[in-house]
Amino acid sequence: MLNHSLQQQGDALRAKKISSVELTQLYLDRIATHNPVLNAFVTVESAKSLAQAKAADAQLAAGSAQALTGIPIAQKDIFCAQGWRTTCGSKMLDNFISPYDAHVITQFNNAGAVNLGKTNMDEFAMGSSNETSYFGPVRNPWDIKAVPGGSSGGAAAAVAARLCAAATGTDTGGSIRQPAALCGVTGIKPTYGTVSRYGMIAFASSLDQAGPMARSAEDCALMLNVMTGHDPRDSTSLVRDKEDYTRELNKPLAGLRIGLPREFFAEGLSQDVGQCVQAAVAEYQKLGATVVEISLPNAKLAVPVYYVLAPAEASSNLSRFDGVRYGYRAPDYTDLTDMYEKTRAQGFGEEVKRRIMIGTYVLSHGYYDAYYLQAQKIRRLIAQDFTEAFKKCDVIMGPTSPSTAFNLGEKGDDPVQMYLSDIYTIAVNLAGLPGMSIPCGTGANAMPVGLQIIGDYFKEAQMLNVAHQYQLATDWHSRAPQGL
Amino acid sequence: MKWEIVIGLEVHTQLSTNTKIFSGASTAFGAEPNTQADAVSIALPGVLPVLNKGAVERAIKFGLAVGAHIAPRSVFARKNYFYPDLPKGYQISQMDLPVVGKGALTIQVEPLSGNAKPYEKVVRITRAHLEEDAGKSVHGAAQSMTGIDLNRAGTPLLEIVSEPDMSSAAEAVSYAKTLHSLVRWIGICDGNMQEGSFRCDVNVSVRRPGESLGTRREIKNLNSFKFMQQAIDYEVQWQIDTIENGGKVQQATILFNPDTGETRSMRSKEDAHDYRYFPDPDLLPLDISPAMIEAVHATMPELPIAKQARYTDEFGLSAYDASSLTSSREMAEFFDAGVAMVGAANAKLCANWLIGEVSAQLNRDGLDIAQCPISAAQFGAMLARIADGTISNSGAKEVFRALWSEGGDADAIIEAKGLKQVSDSGAIEKIVDEVMAANADKVAEYRSGKDKLFGFFVGAAMKASQGKANPAQLNEVLKKKLAG
Repeated sequence: MLNHSLQQQGDALRAKKISSVELTQLYLDRIATHNPVLNAFVTVESAKSLAQAKAADAQLAAGSAQALTGIPIAQKDIFCAQGWRTTCGSKMLDNFISPYDAHVITQFNNAGAVNLGKTNMDEFAMGSSNETSYFGPVRNPWDIKAVPGGSSGGAAAAVAARLCAAATGTDTGGSIRQPAALCGVTGIKPTYGTVSRYGMIAFASSLDQAGPMARSAEDCALMLNVMTGHDPRDSTSLVRDKEDYTRELNKPLAGLRIGLPREFFAEGLSQDVGQCVQAAVAEYQKLGATVVEISLPNAKLAVPVYYVLAPAEASSNLSRFDGVRYGYRAPDYTDLTDMYEKTRAQGFGEEVKRRIMIGTYVLSHGYYDAYYLQAQKIRRLIAQDFTEAFKKCDVIMGPTSPSTAFNLGEKGDDPVQMYLSDIYTIAVNLAGLPGMSIPCGTGANAMPVGLQIIGDYFKEAQMLNVAHQYQLATDWHSRAPQGL
Repeated sequence: MKWEIVIGLEVHTQLSTNTKIFSGASTAFGAEPNTQADAVSIALPGVLPVLNKGAVERAIKFGLAVGAHIAPRSVFARKNYFYPDLPKGYQISQMDLPVVGKGALTIQVEPLSGNAKPYEKVVRITRAHLEEDAGKSVHGAAQSMTGIDLNRAGTPLLEIVSEPDMSSAAEAVSYAKTLHSLVRWIGICDGNMQEGSFRCDVNVSVRRPGESLGTRREIKNLNSFKFMQQAIDYEVQWQIDTIENGGKVQQATILFNPDTGETRSMRSKEDAHDYRYFPDPDLLPLDISPAMIEAVHATMPELPIAKQARYTDEFGLSAYDASSLTSSREMAEFFDAGVAMVGAANAKLCANWLIGEVSAQLNRDGLDIAQCPISAAQFGAMLARIADGTISNSGAKEVFRALWSEGGDADAIIEAKGLKQVSDSGAIEKIVDEVMAANADKVAEYRSGKDKLFGFFVGAAMKASQGKANPAQLNEVLKKKLAG
């Protein structure tokens, strides 16, 4: 059952071969066994999950089940869920019980899915290794000395270790794709505006986008069917007809034009990752695709531009955590200013404070034009590069991350080295495009390698088709870590 | 003139929407603290703003009323600062691209002192922009504690900024009064100054004629016209004294204390915040189509300026009278209803009564025209009896007093009180003859050149008629008969 696809699990539930309560308990038991080491979940509330499972079983019995009814889904702890502690990986929200549901949570609830628990993450989604979480780092199920990537590291580890059927993630600069790559799972960040941000704790509003993380592209398609759709509570949520993301899964790939950006295969890419990606491209050629070299000349500016814009937005988004209304408040203070300073000094971790400082600086009087406005201009140039590229190809492929999972603590002292871990993913967020990562091999240390697939706006169904056909032809996605 | 005074105003008008500018919470005044604070108002993690279209329509209405350019695209920006009654740590406002651009407001200035005549002035409007109000800090809510009431947080405001076109307290007060009347006239603000629906910040500076602008100080949050005048007078004198004593005016934000009649500095330029404005990524740019402007235009009432022009052109009223009659929409409607009953030829009569007797009586009873105990219909019926000569002006005053205190119908009161004036020429001639006969000596004096005695005869004849003689007719008959 653990290695069954969501479709198969759903079929088994609907055929009464297993109940949702049994399936949920199966995962809860695995979490109890493995989470003490992996630390993938921050909050597990068996009673809540089992109550939902019981309700799902009633729906299953009544024959009113939908595709994901009764299936246990792990929710990233960035999504507010009513009655659940929602921490965003921060001491600041350690004690915060959300009084409302995020749109994504509502969608899963309406679909009859079971909330299996809240997954660990980098604090406020700021990080690429899950080491900035107030609740301790997540360990990579493939090698517990290694990081799972971040910020959706808990989700990626939980999926890889079969601690859940599938999981949700969010991606601001690569936070779905990079941990998916490092943990050998499949994850997709859809076009900006496709999944409502309502109830998803904001890091950088113009970049944040939720998406699924699962064991296959097919599973991701079923998850996206639940997560997407217009939400009037998010002004940036796009008004579009509801799509069935499974509709193109089985299309043959003959004639598919794959663009390979020259800049993604240059200096900085480790050899083993490069080889796996090239092998995957060769596999695609076998499936009938053609390859064209393209250029994204401004992609090299993506990391610096991102580290102006994302901290700028974050510095403002995180102002609400001030100790006044909810969340952490310093125990001792002399006056209002002292309360603010101590609360925020004690409630936020180092990386969050670093980004608040950067963001405050680039928005300051006298620096705004030189940093923020300039970065916005380059952001448009980066988006234009993609528009040009998609005139020559249908999808763009390349590495998701420059290397396989690194060891815990390895990059902890050097934020810039850490930031470069997202060098191939960030441009996609800046352009608002959909991007995904699928497993495509293992590196020198036997750790998973991710292939990044970037599509044009709203081409998620096509990307999932491209990924699914590869997953029919190869078995990288179905390999599981040893010993679990 | 030794000193020139330069004044500009920033007026915060609370827009009369039922719900807040970015959420569905109620804006009603006076509820129990925090009972109108929804998830958006208290800035829970993950919540997002959604713009209230009613606020936009009201802003457009204002723009049309002052002949301003309505921006086809305006942008919401975040103004970042920490304060406990500002739950997000930023206020959503508009900075570079406001919804309403340059416009103008014509005002009638009523000088405050001396016997200077009223005059007209055009004050230029720089801009008007939409923003959200903050909550309220209730100091001393509990022992040595400050309470936070977020009911007001998110109430829509239109901040209307003028050019520094006013050169006296009288002009500033006239501008504020005209603006106050206009926003109520077009129905975008209830104008309740006690409840803070209309709050004025006044920028004041002084200079010697011919010099460039002096350093300004901003008097914050004036919520009465009387305080505005007192504050400006005090501030102007303070600035002049400061400069004449060899000092320099420092840019500052100041508060007016109505108890002492003095202004005092709240913060200097050095303590000024760096608000780190940047476009709010949670909100799309506000696009306003010509069709939307046209739809709002169709709901606009006849504006005071158009009514004033009509009153002077069609009815021959003075500019001052026309301005007085359009001081509020209710006053103008009362006037229009009166004129509809007595005809345009008697518009001046109607105006005189409204500006004179009616306004005086309203003032005495502390009422405004909307609360006038006499209806426009009752008033018009009374005027009609003056116009057709049934009652004299003094008789009408008696009718008016009766209508005011007891109500009823003008004709019935005239009948009951016997106020019908004598217009029968035979009867008047008879009275005049009797009076002349009884005062033969005075007739002789008059005829020998003592013109002043005419008043004596009028008084005597009127007394003989028990005040009922038609004064015009009486004068005519007297003149003819005394001439011999």
